[in-house]
Amino acid sequence: MRLNILLLLTYLSLSFSAKAQEIIEIDYWQYAYKERISAIDKLITMFEAENPNIKVNHTTFAYAQYRTKVAAAVSAGEGPDIVQLFYGWLDDYLAGGILQPLSQQEFPTAEIDELYFPMVQNMKVDGEYYALPTAVRSLALFWNKKLFREAGLDPEKPPKTLDELLDHAKKLTKRDRAGNIIQVGMTLSPTGQDHNWWREVLTRQYGGKPYSNDGAKVLYDDQAGLDAFKFYSGLSTDHNVTVVDFMDKSEAAFRAGRAALHIDGSFLLGTFNRGGRRPLRLEWGVTELPRHNGIKSNYASYWVNGITTKAAGAKKQAAEKFLKFITSEEAMQLWLDEVGELPARKAVAMQDSNKNHSTYGAFIRGLDYAVSTKFYSEAGQRQTVVDMLDRVVLTGMSAKESLAIAAREDQAIIDKALNK
Amino acid sequence: MSNNKGLTVGQKRAIWAWLFLVIPIVYFIIVRFYPTFDAFSMSFTDWNIIGERNYIGFDNYVTLFNDPVFWVVLGNTFEYLLFGIPISLLLSFTIAYYLDQIKFGHGLLRACYFVPFLTTAVAMAWVWRWFYQPVPIGIFNLALGELGILQMDFLRSTTQALPAVLMPAIWAGLGFQIIIFLAGIRSIPDSYYEAAKIDGAGDRQILWEITLPQLRATITFIVITSSIGFLRIFDQVYNMTQEGEGGPLNATRPLVIHIYKSAFEDFEMGMAAAQTVVLFTILMVITLLQLKVMKKDG
Amino acid sequence: MAEQKIYKKAISVKKTVIWTMLAIGAIAMLTPIIFMFSASFKYSDEIFNLNIIPSEPTLSNYIYLFEETTFFKWLINSFIISTVVTFSVLFFDALIGYTLCKFKFKGRKIVFIAILSTLMIPTEMLVIPWYVLSNNLGLIDSYFGLMFPGLMSGFGVFLMKQFFEGVPDDFLDAARIDGLNEFQIFIEVALPLVMPALSALAIFTFLGNWTAFLWPMIVTTSADLYTIPVGLASFSGEFQTEWEMIMTGAAVASLPTLLVFLLLQRFIIRGVILGGLKG
Repeated sequence: MRLNILLLLTYLSLSFSAKAQEIIEIDYWQYAYKERISAIDKLITMFEAENPNIKVNHTTFAYAQYRTKVAAAVSAGEGPDIVQLFYGWLDDYLAGGILQPLSQQEFPTAEIDELYFPMVQNMKVDGEYYALPTAVRSLALFWNKKLFREAGLDPEKPPKTLDELLDHAKKLTKRDRAGNIIQVGMTLSPTGQDHNWWREVLTRQYGGKPYSNDGAKVLYDDQAGLDAFKFYSGLSTDHNVTVVDFMDKSEAAFRAGRAALHIDGSFLLGTFNRGGRRPLRLEWGVTELPRHNGIKSNYASYWVNGITTKAAGAKKQAAEKFLKFITSEEAMQLWLDEVGELPARKAVAMQDSNKNHSTYGAFIRGLDYAVSTKFYSEAGQRQTVVDMLDRVVLTGMSAKESLAIAAREDQAIIDKALNK
Repeated sequence: MSNNKGLTVGQKRAIWAWLFLVIPIVYFIIVRFYPTFDAFSMSFTDWNIIGERNYIGFDNYVTLFNDPVFWVVLGNTFEYLLFGIPISLLLSFTIAYYLDQIKFGHGLLRACYFVPFLTTAVAMAWVWRWFYQPVPIGIFNLALGELGILQMDFLRSTTQALPAVLMPAIWAGLGFQIIIFLAGIRSIPDSYYEAAKIDGAGDRQILWEITLPQLRATITFIVITSSIGFLRIFDQVYNMTQEGEGGPLNATRPLVIHIYKSAFEDFEMGMAAAQTVVLFTILMVITLLQLKVMKKDG
Repeated sequence: MAEQKIYKKAISVKKTVIWTMLAIGAIAMLTPIIFMFSASFKYSDEIFNLNIIPSEPTLSNYIYLFEETTFFKWLINSFIISTVVTFSVLFFDALIGYTLCKFKFKGRKIVFIAILSTLMIPTEMLVIPWYVLSNNLGLIDSYFGLMFPGLMSGFGVFLMKQFFEGVPDDFLDAARIDGLNEFQIFIEVALPLVMPALSALAIFTFLGNWTAFLWPMIVTTSADLYTIPVGLASFSGEFQTEWEMIMTGAAVASLPTLLVFLLLQRFIIRGVILGGLKG
């Protein structure tokens, strides 16, 4: 707090003395999420204190509409100078001519290759980076310690393998007299993060691979994919330890203490820490995703910042400066503390204090073996998993048949995107 | 009068008229007619917000009609209509018919039925969404549980979800229909009833032979307005289904959700425009059909 | 005599049955609203109980809503937009309806039919071009962008024209002889005569804008410009289905219209009948 006031004062005095100088304004866009907004606001304050001649205008849009807004605004020539985008949208943005490559002078390719986690290399096209993340996200398993105790399980020993996961989930499921589940052992909700768990983690653990290396071909419609999907859907259909979208949103069920095990992203941490008037009364822990057949896997995603083709001259310079600042080690640590998202630079993430942190630690350790799906339409491809599960759970279709349909739909989405 | 330089009173008033109309005419051209034209013309392009509009003839329509999901969506849209109209008509007429016979507490009862009409659809959609949850949180299933009756899946069922989403739409519109029916019933001259009573007609006969035929215009009005409403259902589906997708398995997805997703999530503006043209055509045909029925009867 | 008594008794029994059934129906109609309000006064651990009166009523949800979220801003936005649009519709639709009804000039019929034909165009068809238009004119995320599609309506023009038919021309001619110009006649003589129609139109327009969802959702980008329904939808996502908060938001969204109804009940019902039947 004191630091902030100090910064503010410095900023004010600096901006006062710099008044004679011309102020360069740049626009920065990201989607609206409470913790992200306050983190960027803090970074902007710090940045402007260092660079009194640059003013950063920070605009946010609701997540659901973010992509549309950017596309529409840029096409009308009204976009920002720096834009945050999901890593999976890069192709679209390049095709639309929205982004310009980062200058070699300020962002040397070799340096980025070396200092960032390898999945960031997805942002490299023909040897040039187009965008850089401040933070990355991965998945981990949350568990409710109180419910573990109630079920007679050791609250400090979360499941380490899929077999243990299933075994624990069975013990942690509670039913009323009529047999309705009133507490799920494990959440199941492909509209959340599960679809990534299934795609990138389970299929690999059962010996398969979700997509070809270039991401253009669906490969999960095989025995490994089927086994993985049977495990996934079986949580509901065979073992009855879960209800799909229990309590409407699975994270809500976990927060309400009605779900014992829950897989989610690191961004959930930020909302857990939301204090104030309505503190969360929940005893929870978080650990690495359970392994299977000795295989560990994880899914990572990230948002990157790119400089748009609109930025030129002084604005471009200012935008580069700002991009450098928000991808600095300092900014990444702040982002981790404020938002709960993991540093994209290995050096920051792998500090012992971060790696062994009681909450972030599990996610950061997961980054070591995480992969990123090359999405062509994140919402569309997620929907194929949602429907795949629903066909089995709601209409009783066989897992094999449903998997085949999903693979066809997924492939169609990819083909359509590639033929554009 | 002297400074009118030979303008007749009629000409002078015509000038006033055009003066009054100039802003509205410009407005209607820019905000209604041009966009309508634009929607039609967009439907023949492959425009995706970024990039050029390339004319591709009827390709969007062909793609649409070859897409099995689109047919599911159309089917759902009509299902909303086919369930919605009879249920709401029957309920609102029955309530209005009996409410009309009541004097004690008439105003209060009428107000109770009318209040849902004033609520915000988005707000109430979330209330109903909560009601429909399974145990341990959903009010309906908790109540069923107390009564010892089997649980219902509601929004998590491919068959129950559509009626479940439709319910709040019917519920919210009922008050309006009741008020209109009440006004219609009140406007039937008493002499008709008296004549019928003298002829010895029973309540039932009066209902079928006088009340209902006299309400033909009212019924047509309600059917048209509520048909259009049901065919355009959006707020409830968007707010009651996971991610506003109209699931599970597209079971509740109506045309307007499909349009919204095409336009503002997939940016397929041309395709979305083609779908709006389909919606426009359906609404047009239904309205004309119903007006024709009314004219014939009238 | 005795027979008549029994007959009367039968009638009153029948009336009682009807009354009871109607009362049960009325309560059923109010149930969602009652539960909504009830949940908004409950702590999170109690909202899944079926009791209507909270065992430990609290205002904490409301306090949180107004202090920690942008809900109040959304309330103001909705209010400003609905009010401005309503006044615009009242003024312009009345003016157009009046002109088309009381002035004889060439092209009158075409203008009327053209405006009437806009009733056939569904909003859903217009939102995409409106969006493109707003985008090109920089209206995205502005009050004017939210308001412009509704500033005049074909329905209102039709309604007002019908009502002006009932205003005798003599009144207007008398005013002309008194030396009023045509605009003064419209404002000072004609408008006061169609007050019931204006109030009906005001109710429909205000309610329609207060509850509108599709267009406001499309045209707003920053949370500061959301209207109540858009805010509520996004809010429900952000709060990860914390039902007591969503119910509080829903209650606050519904409260203004419900309060106005309680105050002006008779007036509103009459307005709905007028608007519904003539329109």
